[in-house]
Amino acid sequence: MKITRHEVERVAVLARLALTDKELDAMTGQMNQLLDYVDTLNRLDTDGIVPTAHAVPVENAFRDDVVRPSIGSERALMNAPAAADNYFRVPKIIE
Amino acid sequence: MSSTSLTIRALHDKLISSEITSRQLTESFLQEIGATNDALNIYLTICRDEALAMADAADRRIEKGDADILTGIPLALKDIFLSEGVRTTCGSQILENFIAPYDSTAVARLKERGAVLLGKLNMDEFAMGSSNENSAFGAARNPWDTSCVTGGSSGGSAAAVAARMAMATLGTDTGGSIRQPASHCGVVGLKPTYGRVSRYGVIAYASSLDQVGPMTRSVEDCAIMLGAIAGYDPLDSTSIDTLVPDYCAGLIGDIKGVRIGLPKEYFVDGLDPEVKRVIDATIATYTDLGAQMVEVSLPHTDYAVACYYLIATAEASSNLARYDGVRFGKRVDKGDGLIEMYRQSRAAGFGAEVKRRIMLGTYALSSGYYDAYYLKAQKVRTLIRQDFLAAFEKVDVILTPVAPTPAFPLGEKTNDPLQMYLSDIFTIPANLAGTCAMSLPAGFSDAGLPIGQQLIGKPFAEASLLKIGHAFEQVTDWHSRQAPNCGGTI
Repeated sequence: MKITRHEVERVAVLARLALTDKELDAMTGQMNQLLDYVDTLNRLDTDGIVPTAHAVPVENAFRDDVVRPSIGSERALMNAPAAADNYFRVPKIIE
Repeated sequence: MSSTSLTIRALHDKLISSEITSRQLTESFLQEIGATNDALNIYLTICRDEALAMADAADRRIEKGDADILTGIPLALKDIFLSEGVRTTCGSQILENFIAPYDSTAVARLKERGAVLLGKLNMDEFAMGSSNENSAFGAARNPWDTSCVTGGSSGGSAAAVAARMAMATLGTDTGGSIRQPASHCGVVGLKPTYGRVSRYGVIAYASSLDQVGPMTRSVEDCAIMLGAIAGYDPLDSTSIDTLVPDYCAGLIGDIKGVRIGLPKEYFVDGLDPEVKRVIDATIATYTDLGAQMVEVSLPHTDYAVACYYLIATAEASSNLARYDGVRFGKRVDKGDGLIEMYRQSRAAGFGAEVKRRIMLGTYALSSGYYDAYYLKAQKVRTLIRQDFLAAFEKVDVILTPVAPTPAFPLGEKTNDPLQMYLSDIFTIPANLAGTCAMSLPAGFSDAGLPIGQQLIGKPFAEASLLKIGHAFEQVTDWHSRQAPNCGGTI
């Protein structure tokens, strides 16, 4: 086993996913199958190989720091599950 | 209007000569969509009023003599493209009621040219899938056989073209999501070079792999569509500032002396015999056209799927962190605080495959595993990219199958994620290498299902793919055959 059910639970906490017991069981089996499969990469010696983050070489794209029109708060809030006074509304964080 | 192989150019000529108006054309498409969509489940949102308004505007533009080749042409979009004021679900419950607040650059460019946008097309949730069965709104059906998958993730975009429910569509391709459904539905699909088309306003899956491209009835239509959407965009810092050539100019039918590479790793035992038969016939056709076949080697092919599923899931786990029930999308709040709100919203909003990929990606990026998984995969990606650069020293393009089999029956692979992932084995390498690749119709199985060929080109050599594919189309008729479950008559 590459990953135990307990570790899968820990990953679900990191991923902010509430998984049911049934989902955790299934996920443990499937993640082990997939991790076994991706293990084939370890057959390759990659010492000294430079990792590729982007296939097409791109330099950092700088632009002048000037204020430009943006979509505005009305459109920014149009899909908000809850909004009030021009802000997104979230559950209480500080007791 | 009974011809089923009408091209964009032919339709444009009819519009210009007032043989038909864009309004008539648009009404005809909307009528066919209305009649056929229940059976094929291709459109998730039909933009009737918006499309007719665009058609009327196009007709005025045509009357003024100010028409672009796409003016008045009815097109449709994978439901991953933001189109202002239109619902954009990305195939997910979590965005079921999301209204796009602005246009993606690709959509804005089509609108500038006066195209008519008919609606939004079915797809695997967040573009994660190879069969369209991961859509939260049910799978689209293959117009060639409704018991088979369309392929995915741009299944609706491929099927809409095949069923004549749009003249052309846009899709996105992260590991084959344009080319594999194009092959399964018998249409042309092009994944441009990474950076060729802006991704601004396109919902992100795996940002170092995602690319936007056209899905069309013919290679010429593909060239027209690519020309409309390609080019630098300051709003996408990964788009590349290089000249966009006239993609139609090279479509002259002459490919004598072109060197076509055949990678030996793609022609291994176990390749479906019908796919092999079609690709062998394709090789013979290119040889007849005067092309030269050259064996090449892409030695790291076997590692591409594993490499892809680490990189793509890692990037997805980061990109999909934004769906937290705060700024947009579904919120489930049971009063247990902010973190629980995040966890419950995501649990309720995401489907099984999306959860699986978020989990795998989160694990691959987590402390203690990053070097072993994500960094390792990025190094293997370098080797795969080097394979292609070395092969392109010897050849102009590479010819391969698109998918290991024709379209498979609905339900066949839904319980086996790894088998589903392996259906992308021939398409994933081009995404990892960042280069361009096109699928175009090359034949049919005995059961009558379309089978595509894949042409992989050098970075930014889309024009070569189009030139070679167009020459193939001039001596074959696979692309103009009509699917039996075909909605449209245009």
